[in-house]
Order: sequence, then structure tokens, then C-alpha cells
Amino acid sequence: MAFDFLQDKDRIFTNVYGFQSWDLKAAQKRGDWDNTADIIKRGNDKIINEMKESGLRGRGGAGFPTGLKWSFMPKESPDGRPSFLVINADESEPGSCKDREILRNDPHKLIEGALIAGFAMRARAAYIYIRGEYIIEAKVMEAAVKEAYDAGLIGKNAAKSGYDFDVFVHRGAGAYICGEETAMIESLEGKKGQPRLKPPFPAGAGLYGCPTTVNNVESIAVVPTILRRGASWFASFGRENNHGTKLFQVSGHVEKPAVFEEAMSIPFKDMIEKHCGGITGGWDNLLAVIPGGSSVPLVPAEQIMDAPMDFDGLSALKSGLGTAAVIVMDKSTDIVRAISRLSYFYKHESCGQCTPCREGTGWMWRVMERLRDGDATIEEIDTLHEVTKQVEGHTICALGDAAAWPIQGLIRHFRPELERRIRENAGSEPVMEAAE
Amino acid sequence: MIRETKVMQMAEAPNIPDELEVRAKWGDFKFTPANEKLAKWQIAKYPEGRQKSAVMALLDLAQRQVGADTETQGWLPVPVIEYVAAYLDMPYMRAYEVATFYTMYNLAPVGRFHVQVCGTTPCMLRGSDDVMAACKNKGMAKGKTTPDGLFTLTEVECMGNCSNAPMVQINDDNYEDLDYDIMTRILEDLADGKEISVGSQIGRKTSEPKGGPVVLKEMVKANHDYRKEW
Repeated sequence: MAFDFLQDKDRIFTNVYGFQSWDLKAAQKRGDWDNTADIIKRGNDKIINEMKESGLRGRGGAGFPTGLKWSFMPKESPDGRPSFLVINADESEPGSCKDREILRNDPHKLIEGALIAGFAMRARAAYIYIRGEYIIEAKVMEAAVKEAYDAGLIGKNAAKSGYDFDVFVHRGAGAYICGEETAMIESLEGKKGQPRLKPPFPAGAGLYGCPTTVNNVESIAVVPTILRRGASWFASFGRENNHGTKLFQVSGHVEKPAVFEEAMSIPFKDMIEKHCGGITGGWDNLLAVIPGGSSVPLVPAEQIMDAPMDFDGLSALKSGLGTAAVIVMDKSTDIVRAISRLSYFYKHESCGQCTPCREGTGWMWRVMERLRDGDATIEEIDTLHEVTKQVEGHTICALGDAAAWPIQGLIRHFRPELERRIRENAGSEPVMEAAE
Repeated sequence: MIRETKVMQMAEAPNIPDELEVRAKWGDFKFTPANEKLAKWQIAKYPEGRQKSAVMALLDLAQRQVGADTETQGWLPVPVIEYVAAYLDMPYMRAYEVATFYTMYNLAPVGRFHVQVCGTTPCMLRGSDDVMAACKNKGMAKGKTTPDGLFTLTEVECMGNCSNAPMVQINDDNYEDLDYDIMTRILEDLADGKEISVGSQIGRKTSEPKGGPVVLKEMVKANHDYRKEW
């Protein structure tokens, strides 16, 4: 059965490539800020319910249902503490480059979404935390926020809805860990971005000790369109429990890497053929794919070909959709080096708070570097696997898990290659040719 | 923040200049009137009494002012960090913590152009080794500034341009879709003071497939409103 590709009329991010202006006038022509007050007048509960029905799962990686997350926010504030919405634009997961296109090409979708989401969860302001390296993107965002203020779309009586709501842009300064929600809150408070222990969860005590929800840029930017077109429209894409459209980002060994919006659950092969011009050197040349950003385990070629690109389809392959950042590797790839480079990334980005991660990421990287040349013993592969298990689940945040999973994926699928390198390096056994 | 365990990496650790010299030069640092205005605007984004939230923005502002004075990307001498801490009424150590935690604050002077080559896997797969080689063949070394003060080379972690890999960020600008020859030309043009277009170097607008988009083709020429087709 052929896959129904997403049609242009059903794309939410029509200016994703920035061929047209990001500014307010152009955005309004595309349909943004069209009678936003009407949406707000539906009321908090109706909006949250509609979001739940749409089946939108968080687009930042974890895939937690967005509407449900909003419903955790307090309905009233007995002690007078305000609530906050924090928008996670700290896009730093290797492979991810979708939020960047929203920030610089469709910023008004995000601001309008912030107002609606903020209203639904009864927040008084939104902080958009943009990674420091997105310098131009932050400038566009600041300018778009100013436009929205000048037009009365945010601020007092935002968009004539009777609701007061502020939007602020906060720039990071280079730290992957600030994409973790409690680290982001710490960073917003002017501290080192080191994750907090949970509980308390941010919905109870987050930014400045106030109830806070942290949502990914894409999760918020799709909100206005979902509410305009209805939950059933959004839910008509993708398989059960994996609904909606999604920005995919393909990098690595494809003919034409690109960012594009597609329906969830699109089969991998169809996606690459249609949007990226195929794998370099043809489909027989595909080695493995990291389907959801650097943190998820790789999937070998034969398993990924027909896999549906969604949360459940990829977790069935012991990997994950993550941010839908698809890193493609063909047979020219030194697969051990590719994963070792990710280990270096996690070593570099560990915040140093928890011992298993701080010490473990460096240790794992050093062993991975030796495995690249086969300068190790066979037993060390098992020791490495054991250490990844010791790091995984033993840290405050998921960075430890994220450092462990790529290595576990490598050992799971490419152990023969690791052993081959060790034997070859030792020279004690005849070099074996792979039977292909 | 980062545990450096290999001798190789010790070279990448910032070589913070002599404190007496630094104090003599930067002891009187204060924001220019224009930056003072920007600083106040940043602080106003946060609730009263939470001015510390602006420390990242003010450190960035201070670094840029140092950069303007030294015609580089700028860096953060200790007296400048002290100034920012005092400005926000927070202990120096809390500001220093922030300055050392985040990679974009330079703790030592850098050259006129801070060449930050991304080396993470998505860029590596598409040839960041060649981009790095182009830099090295122009006399650069990781973590070092060239003797003429023009270039400082740093290998950075994923910059979020993966569908336009490999890429480099030089001061505030991204250059994408690179190869050895393109990178060499960029470095030569920068040294010659020539204008270079930023973004994709192979004619892509942003992250559409090379050769033009396969979807949303109407958007190339006009600001199409798809609502009529809903």
C-alpha cells in the first residue's frame, strides 16, 4: 500500500524554507493571528481538551502528550504565585535542526502558540529559551516579539482577548544540558544549567519556584493551526497514538539532506526517496540509521527500511523517534568512529553534577576511542556494556541515558565489527572476510 | 565543568592572561551608554528581584563590548565579570560560575575571527574533517590563535545546522554546506576583508533539498495562502 504523503495544504509550516518574509504582515497573509481572540474565548478547558484529542505528543524528544502536560498546571493560585510557560528552543541534540527553521522563518506561529498555550495553562508569561549559537534566529525572534507587542497581539489585553500575557526571549550561551527542562529553568534563573532533582516537578515548583510548563518550540508552534482546523484534522495523520504532522530533519549520507514536514508514521524508505533523493550510492549502500537524534540507538539498514517513522514504530526497534532527527550512515561510514564521536559529545556536555555521568561519559569515550582501532580485548566490550548499564538510570537527568544508548545500540548491532577490529589489531587470528 | 583527562586536551584549556595586566587594562570597564540601555532592557524581562536572570545576557553584552574595543569576538577578563556581578547585585563567584559553565563565553582573548568548526557526527559524516583540514592548512591549530591575531580555531559540538552539514560559525555568522575548497576560499576572503554571503555556500535558501524544494513550491515565488484549499 502506498503511503499518503502529506499535501501542501495540510502543512502547518508553509514558510519553513524562508522563501517568504517572517514578518507579521506576511505571516498574517499565511493565516497566523487570524482572530486569535476567538480561540481564546473558547476557554481553558476546551482548548486543553481539544489538544488532548488531537493526539499531539511533545515534539522535543520524549513524546509526552502535550494537552495532558498542560492539565497538570494549577487551576488557581491560592498563594498568589504566577505560572509560567517556558518554550524550549535550546535545540542542541545532534541531528536536530527543525526549531531553527520555525524561529527564523515562522516566528509568529510560535508567539501565537505561546499566547494560546499560556492562556490555556493560566500562565502570565512565556520565556522562549533560544540556544546561544542561534544568533540570527534569536534576532528574528526578538524582532517578531516586538512586532507582536506593537500590534497589541501580546501584552495587555493580548489580541483583544481580555487576557494579559507577556513573551520574552532569553538567549542561552552554549550548553546542551540546558535543553533538559529543569536545567533550562536553572539557567533562566541565572545559574549554571545543572538539572534539578524531581520531584518537585516544574508544574508544582519550576521557574522562580512557580508552576511552570516547559514545551518544545514545535509543540507550541503547531497549536494555533490544530485549534483552527480541529483535533480530528490533526489526528487524521499517522497511526493510532502517533498522530499528527511532524518536521523531519535528515542529515548524513543521503543525496539531498533536508528539513521537511510530513505525516507521522511515514515509512523510512518512502520518506528518503521523496524528500532526500535516496541514499548515496543506492539502497544497498545503506549501513545504519540513527532515527531520532544522537541519543537514540542506531538501527541497521534491513530493520529501518520499511519501519514507520513514529514513536511506537521506532521504539519497537529498540530505538526512538526523539526529535525526528534522522542521521543516515552509508557503508563508507566508520561506524565505531561515528558513535565514538557522539560519546565525545556527551563527555563534553556532561554538566558534572552526577558522578556516574561525569566519570562515565569520559570513560566510555576513551574505551570507544580504543575500540576504533581495536586496541582492546574482547572482554572489554562486555565491560563497556556493563558500564553503560551502570550509568543508565543512575543520574538526575537523562544525559547519562543518552550517552549510554548509542553505545548499547552499537554493541547490539555491530559487535562482530568491534571484535573483528580487535582481532585484526592483535594479529593473533587470521583476518576474516565478511561473507557478503 | 569539563574534566580534561588527556594531555592533548590540555592545550584546549584557556590560557588566562596575567591578572595584573588584565586589571590594569580592564579594571575600569563599564558599559557604554548604548549597552547600558540594552542591559536595562534585558533586566526588565524578569520579575523584580530576579535581575540575576539577566546574567547570561549581560555577560554576552560585556563580551561584545570587549570585542568592539579589541576588534575581536571579545572575551571576559575577570574585572569585567566582576563588573557584571556588581551590576546585578550578585556574588562574583555566581557570575564566574556562569562564565565558565557556558562555552560561548571566551575566558581568554581570541583572534579577529573565531572559527568554530562543528565536528559532531552529522557534520563528520559529511566531511567536517576536510573543513578542519582547510583550517589547519591555513596555519591554524585547535585552541590557538594564529600569530597575526586573525584566526582562532575551535572545534565545537553540534550547532543545529545538520541538514546543511558540514558547517562553521565564524563570530556571529554561519557558513553551511562546506567542503575543503569552499572553506579555504572563505578563510582567504575573510583575511582579505572581502564580503562573504552567509548561510549555504551551494545556493540553497535554507534547509530545502539541494536544487530546490520538492514540496511547497508555490512558496518560492509568492506568499501563498493555503487556507483556501483547507
